[in-house]
Amino acid sequence: MAEQIALEITRYSPERDKTPTVAAFDVPLRKEWVVLDALNYIKDKIDGSLSFRWSCRMGVCGSCGMMVNGEPKLTCATFLTDYAPGPIRVEPLKNFPVMRDLIVEITDFLGKLSKVKPWIIRKKEMPISEGEYLQTPEQLEAYRQFSMCINCLLCYAACPVYGLDSLFAGPAALALAQRYNLDSRDEGKSERMDILSQHDGIWGCTFVGECTEVCPKHVDPAGAIQQYKLTATQEWVKSLVLPWGGK
Amino acid sequence: MLRYTEYPPKGYRVRMSTYWWTARWAYLKFILREISSVFVAWFILETLLEIHALIGGPAAYADFQGFFQQPIVIVLNVITLFFVLFHAVTWFNLAPKAMAIRLGGKRLPPAAIAGPNYVAWVVVSAVVAWLVLRG
Repeated sequence: MAEQIALEITRYSPERDKTPTVAAFDVPLRKEWVVLDALNYIKDKIDGSLSFRWSCRMGVCGSCGMMVNGEPKLTCATFLTDYAPGPIRVEPLKNFPVMRDLIVEITDFLGKLSKVKPWIIRKKEMPISEGEYLQTPEQLEAYRQFSMCINCLLCYAACPVYGLDSLFAGPAALALAQRYNLDSRDEGKSERMDILSQHDGIWGCTFVGECTEVCPKHVDPAGAIQQYKLTATQEWVKSLVLPWGGK
Repeated sequence: MLRYTEYPPKGYRVRMSTYWWTARWAYLKFILREISSVFVAWFILETLLEIHALIGGPAAYADFQGFFQQPIVIVLNVITLFFVLFHAVTWFNLAPKAMAIRLGGKRLPPAAIAGPNYVAWVVVSAVVAWLVLRG
């Protein structure tokens, strides 16, 4: 028989369990298998009731984020062989309520995301007949890194501030707000400033920096937040010093 | 506009442990960095006390020196020095993350922002050492 590796998976059924339990499964240890392959193997061959989110299998959709041996990971990019001989502990993403097995409830994040207005705001929309909003490669480069976010929420699972205070807007939402602030086509900076510069916005961040460490797309949310703190402070000083309030 | 439900199903919530900062080295380093501010405050207080003693004349300054020659105060100040250095180094190393300066369309490398901070630190320390040690 081929070599096996044990997975210890959190199980939770809201109808049946008061608290989550752990179940162990043995799966074949294959060189090309990631944790997500092992979960699909279990669902197909051993226990069809195991519940988890996944879609693209290639680090683009951001749905398969889970805790693997205590670290937030995209399970589609986490190879079993890196954890041999095991066992591998697979848990739902930290800092979110668990709905079933490995599925977490992310409504809180979706609400926060729309609150920071992550879209291009124009004071006056140009008619389509006048063409596109043009942008140079340099202007694109200014925000490109922050636009790589796939909303996988690994950063929220790594953030102790969000874990302790769920009112905090959190790394991904703030980085995406900064992505639009830095876009040369956007005119919504001051609109976003009112939302972002609140206590639950950028000032809630204490710069632990782990969001950046765990980000699979190298977005650097911690950098985005600190850079925005600098901008917000400059705007505040301007509003104090300049008679027209820095507008 | 699309609105998400105000009252989503509750789900099982895990409370964060009071000792969450022991779970990862990065968290512990963060907590040490935060605590270092207390020691920075203590160093400032010491400097103010020293100035106060200097203004008070030779007798007051001798008292001040006597207090700071006690072994327990020396141990405290060695720990304080460690935390103040830790505070300075982590601050300088984080500065490039907070400052995204672009020159000619390219972002300055981290060393170009942290470097001048370290140089300024060495220069200021050298000037202070010269002032104190010149006899």
